[in-house]
Amino acid sequence: MTELTFYPERTALEAVGLGVAYRRGPALLDCSFRVPAGRVCALVGPNGAGKSTLLSVAAGLRRPTRGSLTVFGRPPGAPEVRPHVAFLSQEKPLYPSFTIADTLRMGRELNPGSWDQATAERLVGDGGLSPQARVGDLSGGQRTRVALALALGKRPALLLLDEPMADLDPLARHDMTAALMAAAAEHAITVVMSSHVLAELEGVCDYLLLIADGRVRLAGEVEDLLAAHTLLVGRHETAGPPREFAAHTVVESRVTGRQLTALVRPEGPVAGEWRASEPSLEEILLAHLRVPGAPALLTPSAEPRVAWKKAA
Amino acid sequence: MRVVEFRIDRRSGVATYLQIVQQVKQALRLGLLTPGDKLPTAKEVVAATAINPNTVLKAYRELDREGLVEARPGLGTFVRRSLARPQAAADSPLRAEIADWMGRARAAGLDREDVAALVTSVLEDSFSGPEPGPGAAPAAPHDPQHVDKGTTTG
Repeated sequence: MTELTFYPERTALEAVGLGVAYRRGPALLDCSFRVPAGRVCALVGPNGAGKSTLLSVAAGLRRPTRGSLTVFGRPPGAPEVRPHVAFLSQEKPLYPSFTIADTLRMGRELNPGSWDQATAERLVGDGGLSPQARVGDLSGGQRTRVALALALGKRPALLLLDEPMADLDPLARHDMTAALMAAAAEHAITVVMSSHVLAELEGVCDYLLLIADGRVRLAGEVEDLLAAHTLLVGRHETAGPPREFAAHTVVESRVTGRQLTALVRPEGPVAGEWRASEPSLEEILLAHLRVPGAPALLTPSAEPRVAWKKAA
Repeated sequence: MRVVEFRIDRRSGVATYLQIVQQVKQALRLGLLTPGDKLPTAKEVVAATAINPNTVLKAYRELDREGLVEARPGLGTFVRRSLARPQAAADSPLRAEIADWMGRARAAGLDREDVAALVTSVLEDSFSGPEPGPGAAPAAPHDPQHVDKGTTTG
């Protein structure tokens, strides 16, 4: 079993010029990106960046104001797509008066033919929850467990999770992540999960979508995004940026005394006496959030194919 | 039966897939894994470690490329080659010599860190140059006879 769980040529999500406006102002602005099928994609960004809006558009719960977003090549709410998409919103809506057994039965009856009772029951059972417990009596973390069991029981091709781990203790978080990854490995599910806690996504996600102020700032394979950036440290005492940086894209540069620290996307070798090191994912994300004007970066697989065709 | 269990340290700075590669190699060296053993499936690994399944597959592909394991479609990934060396076994003369040397180092008043620093420094010197041929001592460059031997056999 050395085949990858992702299919680089199949597209799970594709947005072209996507915009969503609320009465209070725009939530998403001209977003274009692509997420290949089978990826575990982190959707990161500060609070209010538009993460939840993007997920609810993908789930078919909200319409774009401009542009388009497709799920497996179809509009999000389309009847041929809806059965294959599971969405777990931050509120985790469940019926409080239902028992856990009732909730899973509802899942089975709403998803005839595809429902995976064994997976759902195992997930609930691993948390030590009794099937007779009423949902309204559960703690926040326990409700998350039931909601995730319901989502995975649906055997989705695309699983959208909005801040799924926020109210879980460390052990439950590890268990839930492990269950999620096992399901992703077994059924090649595409997972898109939002979070502003980077630590819970590192090592879990192999794809990344960073949005800030409603715009896409970074999109692509985590590995390729890491490889595209270099952290340079060196001595710099003249005013203005070092001349040798002109050939490269500088995301952020800071001067402390005589020392200059810069995160750059090098276009070839960097001249001068600079100590280069590979930045961590967190350093890259923070730099892009601190400098809203830094140019966006989409790796080739994250470029929407639709726009490509138009451009060609 | 699960033969190995991976331990992923997210703070180590070592890429996760490399940690798996290194741990498989270590298990091969120690004889915990021997030819014919089946590695855990990606699903088994991620269910225990909560890491991304593609990371496990990447590690297995790397081991495959190095000829240490092979993927049998539909069956799993199996160990092809051992890295265990009889010269390094628990009852080998080489190990006995080190144990003996350690005893003398302690008797001479060196503590654990002194010994570790000394060993690391000799390790660096011995393995930084070109690989000597079989039988050639690390001091070979100073000894023309050894150089000859090294070039003809290595």
